Amino acid sequence: MGNRVVITGLGVVAPNGLNIPDFLHAIQNGVSGIRFVPEYEDLKFNCQVSGTPQFEWDQLRNYITETSLYGLKGKGIAYGIKAALDAWTDAGNEIVAEDTLWETGCVFGSSVADTDVIKNAITRVDARESKKLGSRVVEQIMNSGVTAYISGRLGLGNKIINNSAACATGTQSILMGYEYIKFGMAKRMVVGSCEFVDRYVFGGFDSMRVLSRKFNDEPERASRPMSITAGGFVPGSGAGALILEDLDFALARGAKIYGELMGGSTNSGGQRNGGSMTAPGPEGVVRCIREAIANSGITANDIDLVSGHLTATIADKLEIQNWVNALGRSGEDFPMINSLKSMVGHSLSAAGSIEMVAAVLQLKNNFVHPNLNLEDPIPEILDIIGENNLPVIKVDKEINTVAKANFGFGDVNSCLIISKYKND
Amino acid sequence: MDRKEILIELKKVLAPYTESKEMLDGINEDTDLIKDLKINSANLVDIIIDAEAQYNIEIDFDAAEKMYNVGNCIDVIADKINKPA
Repeated sequence: MGNRVVITGLGVVAPNGLNIPDFLHAIQNGVSGIRFVPEYEDLKFNCQVSGTPQFEWDQLRNYITETSLYGLKGKGIAYGIKAALDAWTDAGNEIVAEDTLWETGCVFGSSVADTDVIKNAITRVDARESKKLGSRVVEQIMNSGVTAYISGRLGLGNKIINNSAACATGTQSILMGYEYIKFGMAKRMVVGSCEFVDRYVFGGFDSMRVLSRKFNDEPERASRPMSITAGGFVPGSGAGALILEDLDFALARGAKIYGELMGGSTNSGGQRNGGSMTAPGPEGVVRCIREAIANSGITANDIDLVSGHLTATIADKLEIQNWVNALGRSGEDFPMINSLKSMVGHSLSAAGSIEMVAAVLQLKNNFVHPNLNLEDPIPEILDIIGENNLPVIKVDKEINTVAKANFGFGDVNSCLIISKYKND
Repeated sequence: MDRKEILIELKKVLAPYTESKEMLDGINEDTDLIKDLKINSANLVDIIIDAEAQYNIEIDFDAAEKMYNVGNCIDVIADKINKPA
């Protein structure tokens, strides 16, 4: 069976909250973090809004040494450091350890190493000024930069891994950390993911015509998962982090427990039978969700809330159909479902971890956060699940089990199941 | 620029790279950059880059290798400043 794994710490850097209390308040009250970006108008992007955290470099001052902060330019790394260290202290730990913590590791994901830092390197090298780059470039353009900063600051000595699976990255990193603890390879894991969407990554998506473009003058209405007037997603940035612990390890140190990570699954549809580079194949999605349920030792009927991937593209309809098929539940029997992206946009590799933090907060505090901009749900969705399952205001309700899934480019899927911790 | 003036300027160059601010305040020509100021050895290249900009000089590989304490930093900088570019 393996060890039980509990969640003991949370940290977040989100467009609508830079710490857990602010983020909790924002998701309870439907506070949008989507804003107009004048630079995007200037760049002639179709989509001119984004979900970008109100982050200032000064906020990292108490997190890493001054010498380390000096010369740090990568924002994805910065978001990751802040979220991970906040989760670490939220779990009741001190940041500075004298010795290496051999029982604790880190799986932290990202998709693109910071292109602002890469751009600086390209500009300097092409101008024949490579000697002026200095010592801080490589550590920030390597994909594992974020894990290197986090593990170095905390002195972590177990597995240190940077994972990448497009939009499934965040849920996948959490699952990897879970498996190491479950199978006895680690006692504690710092898990999560980060993303900084700069103009170049943004431009790539804009050119694919998959971004929201009709609400540039009403940013808070621009991210509209499951809405008939949705016209694409809104890119976002940020980071989410969790501390996962072996149950006995957590109990021994008297840690507070947010909930239990019951299990999960990650797979791929193989880019066959409806799956492609950019679209999730239904068969893989259904298998992934069913495997997550089976691995967790629960049944589909135990699920009180689904935290969907639901980005506000044409894929939303299909995603709901996949959930209905996977759970074997439809109409009013379908669980409540929501999309955090309606408030913060789609933060790509960070989406899964930020949404998981939101899921844990809903589990712990017994509520379902609203879906913003869902005054006009897609009729085909209402044909298969009841409208009561698509809350547009916060619903206070006992939540015992949540399913959280994300689906990414490359036809990769990842699903997690969390439940309230019960001492039995 | 005499050695004392160079040392005052050098303090500013070193500041971002050391956590030992008290030690930095009291540096003298014998202060070792790595042992006393606890500067990460990888950052020595950043100090050289910053010194080049600060004094408008070029520090080659051979000269850079000599810059491990404050006294040899001043030697190298004084030598370059006093040579016409």
